[in-house]
Amino acid sequence: MTDIILKAENISKQYRLGLVGTGTISHDLNRWWYRIRGKEDPYLKVGESNDRSAKGNSDYVWALQDINFEVKRGEVLGIIGKNGAGKSTLLKILSKVTSPTTGEIKTRGRIASLLEVGTGFHGEMTGRENIYLNGAILGMTKKEVSSKIEEIIEFSGCQRYIDTPVKRYSSGMTVRLAFAVAAFLEPEILVVDEVLAVGDTEFQAKAIGKMQDISRGDGRTVLFVSHNMASVKKLCTKGVVLENGKIVFSGDSNSAVNYYLNSNYELTEVSLLNRKERKGNFKLKVENIFIEDGEGKKVNEVLTGESYKLVFEYTKFSTIDEKQFTIVLQFKNENDEIVNSIATDELGTSFAKIYDKGRIEIVIPKLQFREGNYFMNYMISERVSLSTPHKVIDYLADAFLMKVNKGDYWKTGVLNRAKGFIQEASIHIT
Amino acid sequence: MYLLKNENLNTEWLYTISPKGKFIDFNFKEIWRYRDLLFLFVKRDVITLYKQTVLGPLWYLIQPLITSVIFTIIFNGIANINVGEHVHPFLFNLAGITIWNYFAECLKGTSDSFKKNQNIFSKVYFPRVIMPMTVVISALLKFAIQFLIFIGFYVFFAFQGKSGTLDVNLLLLFPVLVLLMGLLGLGLGMIISSMTTKYRDLTFLVGFGVQLLMYVSAVMYPIQDAVEKIERSFPKSASFINPIIENNPLAQIVETFRYMFFSQGQFSVKGILVTLIVTVGIALLGLVIFNKTERSFIDTV
Repeated sequence: MTDIILKAENISKQYRLGLVGTGTISHDLNRWWYRIRGKEDPYLKVGESNDRSAKGNSDYVWALQDINFEVKRGEVLGIIGKNGAGKSTLLKILSKVTSPTTGEIKTRGRIASLLEVGTGFHGEMTGRENIYLNGAILGMTKKEVSSKIEEIIEFSGCQRYIDTPVKRYSSGMTVRLAFAVAAFLEPEILVVDEVLAVGDTEFQAKAIGKMQDISRGDGRTVLFVSHNMASVKKLCTKGVVLENGKIVFSGDSNSAVNYYLNSNYELTEVSLLNRKERKGNFKLKVENIFIEDGEGKKVNEVLTGESYKLVFEYTKFSTIDEKQFTIVLQFKNENDEIVNSIATDELGTSFAKIYDKGRIEIVIPKLQFREGNYFMNYMISERVSLSTPHKVIDYLADAFLMKVNKGDYWKTGVLNRAKGFIQEASIHIT
Repeated sequence: MYLLKNENLNTEWLYTISPKGKFIDFNFKEIWRYRDLLFLFVKRDVITLYKQTVLGPLWYLIQPLITSVIFTIIFNGIANINVGEHVHPFLFNLAGITIWNYFAECLKGTSDSFKKNQNIFSKVYFPRVIMPMTVVISALLKFAIQFLIFIGFYVFFAFQGKSGTLDVNLLLLFPVLVLLMGLLGLGLGMIISSMTTKYRDLTFLVGFGVQLLMYVSAVMYPIQDAVEKIERSFPKSASFINPIIENNPLAQIVETFRYMFFSQGQFSVKGILVTLIVTVGIALLGLVIFNKTERSFIDTV
């Protein structure tokens, strides 16, 4: 009780959908001119009525609802959740970038936030000058930066170029320098977004180590938002899981991660048509996904090295341009990291005809996944060319769970070891 | 000592993040805490200005000089505005333009504070008012360059007896005048920048508005001369136009600035005091509006 350094009470955040006003004086004046003559709003979209009751509920959306949590001094709290669960909004409120609609956050220490590395970096200035500026933006005084500048430079590994304008740095060097500044912040509470996902592996390890020092060694509190379950497990002591703007779980970090991953398993058990998170214009809708083995029999589990067909049963509801039709599949491991993908644009596949009702068959001649559980996301879209954005027809994350058991890929009688993928290879000594 | 600190921690929250702030909610202490940031932003502006192409800084010299030449030809040569026998019209115009430019720089620079800094504002918190304050202080550098040019010409024309008389006592007012110009630019700029978060098309009006404002701010004419001429030429509308010029705080500042160097025109302590009050009022109003916008703008852009 005595140690609580940060307390969130009933935090909610409401966003208004659509535009607030139309953005220009001329439009607002025009609207007013129409209104005093008793005419309808000229900027209402065709087919949209001015009926208050019809709009009613849909105009506002809660990005966060009734968020309550407490953080003790020295704790590292991991905040996990899917895209759109409200993680970023919560971070923004914690770092005072935006204010909550209701509720309060009370703290007993200064909060410094790291939503992005290198905020305010200017290419024309030298590394050293940028350290001072970035440090000040993050809330340090000049004196504080001065006392640590040597350490910061050393940590960044950019000693040689420190008096060179940053515009000549490689992107990796810029990131190192920026993270180095942040690493030497000394607030009581540090709020960190997924900035660790940058830089090379060596630097990432260094960054994670530094974060651990911050919390363990110096007893400071860290709030950490991440998609990377491995680093949440490694860094955090406590965890909360956000789902649709609400906290659905809070506890120690391992249970939080397990809860989050289990929710993926639960999701894949819901039948596709009942899934609520589907996105797209649904010109076509996937109704069922399953795997068939070489003989056309449905299977629940698959073996490494065997041949399968991944089948999507669909119904088409309106015309789709076959030439633009694109399918992308992503496979994630149990830590929620994307490890593999199959895409028609990469394969150069083109379709002749899309039927009103039919099957999309993804033929896998020899399965190269090693033992493990893999979650599949799919996206079906239309795309004019490779450089234009996808127009999503049907998208669903965690649509299907593929359980892979040990198989005999090489037909040598030795079962394939767990984890990762089969690499085609032969070994020689010369 | 440590115990004491701990005890303190148990009883009190350091600060809270809550939905609604009070109506007037500036935290001057906080701004003071971020003074280093203000200083570093100014330093950034200075460094990047210095590192620009040759034409960049040179532009600050060319612009007022050419404008003065054109004003001299049009307003003194063609339109016969009387600037007095003892002052060369070119010097007269240059004086007005020099002090006016500082205001214009401040206003234009601060009027898009939110839009220009949208990226940084959406990532990290610091008192937002630091940004427009930076503009006002950085603009001092450009003002200093242009003021030096003015002094150069002032000395040149002094040798020819065409520079009026310097009012040494009034020189004390010089920093006050510059401060007033800066505050006016800051205040108006903050009001405009807050409004542009809602009305994007206001941005286009700013350039035009500043130009219009210049014509009623005694930049290229002495107030006395203008008021008399307008009364003669447009007797009906004079009662409407003249108060605008006479009560315009900007016109007061420009006129006083010239009076300081030339000892001619109008100067009254009362006028300056009124200007001071109006300026502080505008600056405070700007601060209130800016603070109000600051809380919600990230959600609306």
